[in-house]
Amino acid sequence: MPEVSSAISLSTVVLFLPLVGMIVLLFMREQTQGEYIKWTALGFSLGTFAASILLWLSFNAAEPGMQFTQRLDWIPSAGISFAIGVDGVSILLIVLTAFMTPLAIISSFRVHVLHERGREKLYFMFMLLLEFAMLGVFMAQDLFMFYIFWEITLVPMYFLIGIWGSEQRIYAAVKFFLYTMAGSILMLLAILYVGINAQTFVIPEILAKLQSGALVFPYDGLFSVQGALFLGFFIAFAIKVPVWPFHSWLPDAHVQAPTAGSVILAGVLLKLGTYGLVRFCLPFFPQAAIGWAPIVATLAVIGIIYGAWVSYAQTDVKKLVAYSSVSHMGFVVLGIFALNAQGIQGGILQMVNHGISTGGLFLLVGMLYERRHTKALNAFGGIWKVLPVFGGLSLVITLSSMGLPGMNGFVGEFTILLGTFGSKQLGFFFALFATLGVILAAVYMLHMFQKVFMGEVVSEENKNLEGLHWQELAVLIPIVIVIFWIGLAPGAFFGSMDASVNQVVQTVGAAASTVVAP
Amino acid sequence: MVQTEAFVMLSAVLFILGAMGVLLRRNAILLFMSVELMLNAANLALVAFAKQWNQAEGHLFVFFVMAVAAAEVAIGLALIVAIFRTKQSINIDEMHKMEG
Amino acid sequence: MESYPQLVTLIVFIPLIGMTINLFFGSRLGERWSGILGSGAALLSFSVAILLYVYLRNSGYAAAVVNPPFFDGWIRIGSAGVEIPWQMRVDTLSVTMMLVVTGVGSLIHIYSMGYMHGDARFSRFFTYLNLFLVFMLILVTGNNFLMMFVGWEGVGLCSFLLIGFWFDKANGVGWRNSLAARKAMVANRVGDFGLLMAIFLIFWTFGTLDYYRPGEIASVHWVEAQAAGGEHGAEGAAPAEGEAHTAEAVAPAEAVAPAEGEAHTAEAAAPAEAVAPAEGEAHTTEAVAPAEGEAAAAEGHSAPAEPVYLNNDHILTEQLGVFGQAERMLEEKREVDFGPFSLPIETVIVLITLFMLLGAAGKSAQIPLFVWLPDAMAGPTPVSALIHAATMVTAGVYMMVRSNVFYYEAPFTSLVVTLIGASTALMAGYIAIGQWDIKRVLAYSTISQLGFMVAAVGVGAYGAAMFHLVTHAFFKALLFLGSGSVIHGMEHGHHSVSHHGHGHDDHGGHDEHHEEAPFDPQDMRNMGGLRKKMPITFITYLIGTLALAGIFPFAGFWSKDEILADSWLAGLTNNNVGGYIAFGMLLVAAAFTAFYMWRQMEMVFFNGPRTEAADHAHESPLTMTIPLMALGALSLLGGFFNTPANVLGLDRIFGAHIFTSFLQPTVLHAHAGEFQPVIAIGALSLAIAAIFLARSIYGKGKSVTEHNSDPLAERAETGMIWRVANARLYWDETYFRLFENPFNKISVFLADTLDWRFWHDYVHNNVIAKGFNAIGGLLSKPVDLGIIDGTVNGVGALARWTSGKMRRSQTGYVRTYAVTLMLGVVLVIVILLLPMLQR
Repeated sequence: MPEVSSAISLSTVVLFLPLVGMIVLLFMREQTQGEYIKWTALGFSLGTFAASILLWLSFNAAEPGMQFTQRLDWIPSAGISFAIGVDGVSILLIVLTAFMTPLAIISSFRVHVLHERGREKLYFMFMLLLEFAMLGVFMAQDLFMFYIFWEITLVPMYFLIGIWGSEQRIYAAVKFFLYTMAGSILMLLAILYVGINAQTFVIPEILAKLQSGALVFPYDGLFSVQGALFLGFFIAFAIKVPVWPFHSWLPDAHVQAPTAGSVILAGVLLKLGTYGLVRFCLPFFPQAAIGWAPIVATLAVIGIIYGAWVSYAQTDVKKLVAYSSVSHMGFVVLGIFALNAQGIQGGILQMVNHGISTGGLFLLVGMLYERRHTKALNAFGGIWKVLPVFGGLSLVITLSSMGLPGMNGFVGEFTILLGTFGSKQLGFFFALFATLGVILAAVYMLHMFQKVFMGEVVSEENKNLEGLHWQELAVLIPIVIVIFWIGLAPGAFFGSMDASVNQVVQTVGAAASTVVAP
Repeated sequence: MVQTEAFVMLSAVLFILGAMGVLLRRNAILLFMSVELMLNAANLALVAFAKQWNQAEGHLFVFFVMAVAAAEVAIGLALIVAIFRTKQSINIDEMHKMEG
Repeated sequence: MESYPQLVTLIVFIPLIGMTINLFFGSRLGERWSGILGSGAALLSFSVAILLYVYLRNSGYAAAVVNPPFFDGWIRIGSAGVEIPWQMRVDTLSVTMMLVVTGVGSLIHIYSMGYMHGDARFSRFFTYLNLFLVFMLILVTGNNFLMMFVGWEGVGLCSFLLIGFWFDKANGVGWRNSLAARKAMVANRVGDFGLLMAIFLIFWTFGTLDYYRPGEIASVHWVEAQAAGGEHGAEGAAPAEGEAHTAEAVAPAEAVAPAEGEAHTAEAAAPAEAVAPAEGEAHTTEAVAPAEGEAAAAEGHSAPAEPVYLNNDHILTEQLGVFGQAERMLEEKREVDFGPFSLPIETVIVLITLFMLLGAAGKSAQIPLFVWLPDAMAGPTPVSALIHAATMVTAGVYMMVRSNVFYYEAPFTSLVVTLIGASTALMAGYIAIGQWDIKRVLAYSTISQLGFMVAAVGVGAYGAAMFHLVTHAFFKALLFLGSGSVIHGMEHGHHSVSHHGHGHDDHGGHDEHHEEAPFDPQDMRNMGGLRKKMPITFITYLIGTLALAGIFPFAGFWSKDEILADSWLAGLTNNNVGGYIAFGMLLVAAAFTAFYMWRQMEMVFFNGPRTEAADHAHESPLTMTIPLMALGALSLLGGFFNTPANVLGLDRIFGAHIFTSFLQPTVLHAHAGEFQPVIAIGALSLAIAAIFLARSIYGKGKSVTEHNSDPLAERAETGMIWRVANARLYWDETYFRLFENPFNKISVFLADTLDWRFWHDYVHNNVIAKGFNAIGGLLSKPVDLGIIDGTVNGVGALARWTSGKMRRSQTGYVRTYAVTLMLGVVLVIVILLLPMLQR
């Protein structure tokens, strides 16, 4: 449980390193030190990554509770403190964040839009700020801190889309901001209610009070107190994930965002929502979670099939991948609401997988865009012959996204479906329809691959595309390595999660016996 | 002795005459004369009562009044002279510039 | 010897390494070394397979379970008890598949060196071929269903890569190739969906996905039979070891016979090659002692002090593998709890097998998912041979034979399986009659033969199904490679014709070298008379045809006959109506087979060349013809390793049902059927009659009519029948109308209308955004400006009005003020004096 430690824990280092980097960048001059800016940003993000790996290595997988905690009282009268910590649920996501940010930064080095619109320093500052905020969300152990970090993530993303995006960037940025914030307001209400009732905002203390029975949220129906609180959190997360039908902001945001923005958005930001589901909705409101599970799972399954089906008809590559994100995240939400170890662990693993695979896909799209300045599917064709290495790497990432066994996506999807099938709240038919999504994934992914890479080279501009630069290889190769690592030997990943997820499952399981009405 | 009431009556009559004069006279100087009359009527009443009750305050106050009346007349006549210089008339009905 | 099973990891890793080297260094290696590397890897894997076979023979067919190095489990969720490891299994069934895959695979690798000569992406081709071997071997060596699934989808991927290998051919051909590749993968995925559902069911019913755990006996009947029969003449038990196995003292029947038979699994080794000639022992105790081949001495290992088990009763149910648990649960008539409801175990097994059937229908091209196979012919011919004839498509059959315990206990599903298999066989055979493309005929033939195998599984003839799988691999690969040789020859002929510019073909008699000259080297109408131009190809193709048609004594005769006999017997002895139906349909399908194959022979090899290209064709190089010859030999002799008992004394030479005996230690319900001479001779005569019929219709120069059409098409009574066959029974068109088109339309509808125009634009922009703005407008204009501002301004206006009225009192007249003053004084005095007045 949270100790008031005086020493600085490793988690604080990981959290604040990007912020320090941002401040360092603040004092650099764009005109004189232009080149150094981006390398400094990269350096800090790599440092954060190294620290996160250290964190992972020092992580004790057998311990279900919080580790590397740090706590400072902030507003004692209200029970708000600065509290961070790491456990099995968040460690993988922290490493994912620290992994994706350097990749996004490297991918921005040679991007045209940055040269055209300038303000590089601001760009990289936003990237680091974003990393800080995302890490904060994952590490926050105080409801207020969580909310603050949650809202902070919106700001740099808004600017990243709004300044360096495509033609309709302002619309997309504003829509993204307002839509997400609208959901967050409900969450704020719920947070306030919980915090005031529990007389503390610190999460482990709230959990302890719930366990001991000192704090009870009565549940007698889907819209009872507990149900309403659940909904307050859920809607905010549902918009972020995004769960169908709250997904309309995503295609706009992705299509208009610059490459690195899309990579971070798809790679990490979407996971904030699903993380919140595991961190809050399930442990705080287990009976509501059980009651709402079939409905949420239905939305998830609809999202899986709908996202895949709509993806197939797209003519813009980025939009296609955006809708595929809806489909993939549907799997994650389904897994979480299977409310068993397989489902939740599969869900968390799939969060990581999706970040890597879809982040990879957006990197690929970005590389194509750099060469041809178009995202239209019909503009390509036969690229595999012109750029064989690029084609090969794209094939690997496409297959990973499609869930080919031997790669990461399969392990996650399989575990999720296994959990769904055996879930007491869901069961056979949910698994059946979700598995249909597996078929659809092949349809649209192969369609995309075929249209871009196969066939003859029809258009003249495609015949002389530039080969892969070493920086582009540098972002793709780590992704491919991780894809195969998770696909073939995911033991380390499952092992890290097991204890903490088990705790969540136990909490929900204990509540299941008390839920009378479904 | 002469009754105090007689003095008061006289004072009242004088006062009323003075008041009527203030209200009805058009000439500013005559207005001032009426005002003086009123003041003197008040003085008379003051002296009569002071005599009746044998108090010195009444007499004392009369001196105050006379001083104030003198000051007031001085200022007032100076004002009238100034006004006459501009308006060539001291008809009070013609002086209504400060209307709302 | 004991550590041989560990080699099974190598069998997967060797092609993996070959693939990696070819992937990164292929272009630098050049064609020759690239091909040698790929083929070498395949051959090395084959030798490992042989070593494993030798191990099995010498260890009494003890199955071994091997954990590959460097991997510590795969999917493990400790808190929920999910443990699905990377684990491999060496037993007779998997070794059979390994031998077939690597053996035929190696031949095809060698063939490809010649066939793909000159291709720009030569080394990439071998990369993919090796990758295919990796996945296929994972499929057959896996010890649990998830590893099977890995291999299952992996070979689907390789299928995609290889069918679409020529994705960049001009004139839209490359695009069509890619479409065919995608179709294959999508159709397979539909099947994969079925297999996944089955896996989920299996996991939640049995708690594991392992077939058998170490120490578990797969085929208890066989072990008990061995123990009972082997007691006399025992020569001292020599319990063998395999990995982690309990040994068992089973005495060999004869001193002559190589004494093995240990542990709980044994099999009659079925050599697939001339390398390891047939031997083994019958599982009956009479001394049928095949003594030829190696004198495998009775390996007498010193007996460990381990107890000897004849069955699995000593193992707890939870620690058994899937099949062991299924049997126990069936005995105990348990119910499986699925949350809100629970089902008896029989129903669950029916569900599992039905889903598996869906998977098999996808992978093994049965109704309704077979449509990808004919299109898959767009890939290079070695691909068609390896993947779509010999190995990948057999994965479905392998899966069902591996799960024979399930299928045996689910008679309903078995009936469905039988019907699907038999109708597929019949339907595909019918369609093949109407095809012009040489490879399409073979494709539909493959589908038809797979139908035979599936039907065999359905009637419970698991041994026969596997037997046909093996022989089919031989002769179908042969036929495909032969057709590749033919196509190769035709292309060269066409090349030389257009180069020298003499003569005109029926098609494309241009002098220049267009890409778009519509000459199809695969169209049989352009062939003819190749018997003289390509003799080796002709002879081997002839062998393949006769084998496929089921002519004595070629391989196909024995395997097809066994299926027919077993179907009939199933109907007879088990009252299995499916058996009769299968028998009837398969018999007709067999007749079709002979007919269309001979039609092909006539069109391609006999009569005279119909085009210049055919006239200028020449034989293919040695790298291509040697594999043909090897496969030819196998097709000729391959049937003899499963000859039935008491037929023409062959069993004295080769042993009776050696192959089935080999399978029995692994496949619980494999049984050797009795030979039915009536059926055999009947089927044979039917086949021969069909051949003669084909000859009469297509022979003597009548293969193609003057209108470039089929003779059958021109006859009134057969015209319509033939045209429907030619149109492939309109399956693709129906699928397009039923599935593809609606799918695309719905996709576009969902994307454009529903999601974008309605949800995104209308609801969000019009309803929500504009609504929000409207409320904002309402609040700002009438409310904010109107009411609030109005109120504030109103107050000001009131003040002004009041002051306007009030200022009248300031007249400026002194007299007014004086009067007011007086009145005020009077008022004050009155008020002050009021009390006095009142008194």
